[in-house]
Amino acid sequence: MADGTARRRQLLMLAPFGAAIAVGAGFWEMLAGMNSGRFDPHDIHAPAQGRRVPAFDLPAQPPGQGFSSAELSAQRQPVLVNFFASWCVPCVVEGSALVGLSRRLPIWGIAYKDKPADAQGFVSRTGSPYRRLAADRSGMTAIDWGVSGVPESFLIAPGGLITWHIAGPLDEGTIEAGLLPALRKLA
Amino acid sequence: MIPELGHFALALACCLALAQAVLPLVGARRGSARLIASAPALALGQLLGLLTAFVCLAISAATDDFSVRNVADNSAVAKPMLYKITGIWGNHEGSILLWCLILGLCGAAVAAFGRNLPAVLRARVIAVLGIVAMGWELFCLTTSDPFDRLWPAPLDGSGMNPLLQDPGLAFHPPILYTGYVGFSVPFAFAIAALFEGRVDAAWGRWVRPWAVAAWAALTCGIALGSWWSYYVLGWGGYWFWDPVENASLLPWLTGTALVHSAIVVEKREALKIWTVLLAIGTFSLSLSGTFLVRSGILNSVHSFANDPARGVFILALLGLVIGGSLLLFAWRAPKLVAGGLFSPLSREGALVLNNILLCSICAVVLTGTMYPPFASLLFGATLSVGKPFFDATAIPLALPMFAAMAFGPMLPWKRAQLAPVLMRLWWAALLALAAALFAAFSLRQLMPAAAFALAVWLIAGAATDLAGRVQLGRVALRQSWRRARALPRAAVGAAIAHAGVGVTVIGLVGMSQATHRIVEITPGQSVQLAGYRWTLDGVSTRPGPNYTARVATVTISDGHRTVAVLHPSRRTFTLQGQTTSDVAIHTNLITDLYAVLGDEHGGHVVMRLHDNPLAPWMWLGALVMAFGGGLSLSDRRVRVGAPRRAAQPAGAPGGPALGTAALDTPALDTPALDTPALDRPAVDSPAPVPALAEIHHG
Amino acid sequence: MRRLGPLLALVLTLVLTLAPLGARAVDDPSEMLANPQQEARAERIGAQLRCLVCQNESIEDSQADLARDLRRVVREHVAAGQSNRQVIAWMVQRYGNFIRLRPPFDLATLLLWGMPLLALLAGGTAAALGWRRAAASRPAPAPLSAAEHDRLQELMQPRAGSG
Repeated sequence: MADGTARRRQLLMLAPFGAAIAVGAGFWEMLAGMNSGRFDPHDIHAPAQGRRVPAFDLPAQPPGQGFSSAELSAQRQPVLVNFFASWCVPCVVEGSALVGLSRRLPIWGIAYKDKPADAQGFVSRTGSPYRRLAADRSGMTAIDWGVSGVPESFLIAPGGLITWHIAGPLDEGTIEAGLLPALRKLA
Repeated sequence: MIPELGHFALALACCLALAQAVLPLVGARRGSARLIASAPALALGQLLGLLTAFVCLAISAATDDFSVRNVADNSAVAKPMLYKITGIWGNHEGSILLWCLILGLCGAAVAAFGRNLPAVLRARVIAVLGIVAMGWELFCLTTSDPFDRLWPAPLDGSGMNPLLQDPGLAFHPPILYTGYVGFSVPFAFAIAALFEGRVDAAWGRWVRPWAVAAWAALTCGIALGSWWSYYVLGWGGYWFWDPVENASLLPWLTGTALVHSAIVVEKREALKIWTVLLAIGTFSLSLSGTFLVRSGILNSVHSFANDPARGVFILALLGLVIGGSLLLFAWRAPKLVAGGLFSPLSREGALVLNNILLCSICAVVLTGTMYPPFASLLFGATLSVGKPFFDATAIPLALPMFAAMAFGPMLPWKRAQLAPVLMRLWWAALLALAAALFAAFSLRQLMPAAAFALAVWLIAGAATDLAGRVQLGRVALRQSWRRARALPRAAVGAAIAHAGVGVTVIGLVGMSQATHRIVEITPGQSVQLAGYRWTLDGVSTRPGPNYTARVATVTISDGHRTVAVLHPSRRTFTLQGQTTSDVAIHTNLITDLYAVLGDEHGGHVVMRLHDNPLAPWMWLGALVMAFGGGLSLSDRRVRVGAPRRAAQPAGAPGGPALGTAALDTPALDTPALDTPALDRPAVDSPAPVPALAEIHHG
Repeated sequence: MRRLGPLLALVLTLVLTLAPLGARAVDDPSEMLANPQQEARAERIGAQLRCLVCQNESIEDSQADLARDLRRVVREHVAAGQSNRQVIAWMVQRYGNFIRLRPPFDLATLLLWGMPLLALLAGGTAAALGWRRAAASRPAPAPLSAAEHDRLQELMQPRAGSG
């Protein structure tokens, strides 16, 4: 009897150690995840996937005409919607990847909180990958999409369902790992 | 040359730390007096090495030696000398060196001021400090070397960020780190006690001053950080429950619990396991906080540059120190024998309640801070835990604690009755009730009114405690005065510290009633806020050394006379293209009037005006708390200390049991009866004649 | 912007460490709603919504562009008569639970919200167990024998002539 209580007491004394080890293991996992890229404590993880495209009707952004959500949903093939801005440095870097990508699927661009002339200059400079182009001057449409910055890209299935989303620039790695598999699923 | 000297000194300190870690422990185990006596010398040697390294870094910074990478990254020729020196600890490498320096100071302090400690215990304490110091010095040398060279040396440094040149920011880290690192000494005492397998009243007495000193420094550090946020950020915020702020609050909470627990160990030899665990836990929280801030795991405004590689090293260091100490605790703590029995309603019981509440608040804040990364890791759920959560969960735990703090110190030891104590507090209760009614009527909000009443209750309770000790009203005034002069400073310090908490709470209540207005006006226009008339007299341009400033003049009047003239400004630093805002604050220590200058367009000036009632009381309260702690440290008993262990005839019935610490009831707390605690026999077992002991202690 | 390349992010983080100021433009009074009660309600809602790009500030406290836009959205919805819960739900639908500074109360956050009670219970239990253990380990004093009892009575009597 006394042995049982002594045993229980010893186990209780081990509890702080056990808790510390568990927490330490958690931190270790987090650090490893941060190094490999699969764990990002700063990522918002906006719940875009599975949502319908929000209703919008955006004005034209030269050199393109504007477009609306109705037009987007009516497309018979998948479309990539890309939010960008001329004042955004990673958008420049993303530009070349987008040009290559535009051969596989249509990319529709939305200029986020940008002056029309600046956006036009940006698009012509990088060689436009955009089949359609619209301007979201106020940023309100972007909020409807759950956008928190630029660049962000959304893969829209025919019918207007968002099937994939990236809150960052597209490059070869993310296209290979994320976009192409999602595209294949829609095929 | 000088950086090399500094680097060498740091490496030397690391080697001395290794010796400091190993030799005294070996000596303690073997009983070798020479090895034991080497501990203080090694600690002092390590401090010398660290001081040299720090001075070398300071000289490099002061002389603009940009071949040192740290100086090149964080300093510049045009930086004022004050910020060149204080900027040493404003970056990762320098702050780690500061950590090591303070660790060295702690070791040397134990060597210098711990002469009253038994040599073996002191040697073990210094050894444990050596282990921790060695770990941090290795970390510094291998991953965060402040003496890294840069070749070819640039002509000017890139550290001319005007945002970081601020006096509050300059002095916040050393004070805060003194608090964090200061808790390494109670930690070392706990580990040494676990090694020895014994915790007794003497240990409690020795640990407490170190814990109080670290606690007072941490209190000042946190208050300074809060005050800095307030006058710099521009919207009157002072506490955001930001993860880094929480990381500083956690050791403060357990440190407060530790300071109180140690009293019970000293007076009653009870709560030993709890106190040892708190000592280990407080330092563990300090270390973990340092890790979290630098690892990038926390989503915080304050984080240092994220570097997971460094995070791995610190995590390994943490694992060894915290894991090792908790394992030692699990192994040796059951051997600590419980001491004096007490009824749940007694001063010990009140201190246990205090511990439970403080540790619960700590658990809540810890859970809230760590929940987002862990939820993301384990469930893939992304969520945020912010101010609304912490306010909703921590405050309901704090309020009962404030209520109990007023009468807790007045309860007698071992067995108490609530009624007599509450009777003594009748006028405090009356005052609190009046405060509650007043606040309820003028504020019309429940929580602030309740908090205000509790704060008044606290302050009045502390006053009642002191008044009772000097028998105010019951004996002649002159006698009371004489008693007051003879009061042990620890008792006065404790009452003052508790009153300080009340002052801070009143400040918080006042700030909950802060009002502000955002206005867009032209020069000459006035607005009304908080019963004052705020007039924008004009905005002028003033050039500075490396900036251009737009300075507004705001006159505040109450209708009859000018109360204040404020000069908020916006500085545009031409080189960096940055703009900073200088808040203008007028304080009469009761209310702060606060103005921020914003954009100007078309002759209209956007201004943000605040009325912050009782804002200064928040930090004044913290100062009062720290002052109380400091006063407690200057107590005669701390300076005199416990006598050395003398050989005691085994089984002497009356000797050990008559530890006069047990007779320390409030009314008798005078120097005449205050003889130092007598030694206990070497074996930590119940007193030989329990029945007799019970009668004497009762 | 949090999407800059790693080096740029590092520099920005260094710039923003400990001094999150930058160009602290003050809020524009034109943002505020005309109706003070609505404005107060909007501020209360805003205090619960996290600024997504600022690290641990609410949209009311932050000067970021996105925060300003979100404030505008909140005020539009408040002026349109939506309840607090509806506005927050609208935000959560688009940004997930990350935007809520007050975490939702569901199965995943049970430990979080239950922690105050849990900690109190754990502390109370530990204290009770410790107290019971200490009480048990202390041997009760042996009852007094008849002779000892008599001696005690004798001692307790006030003696004649003593002070």
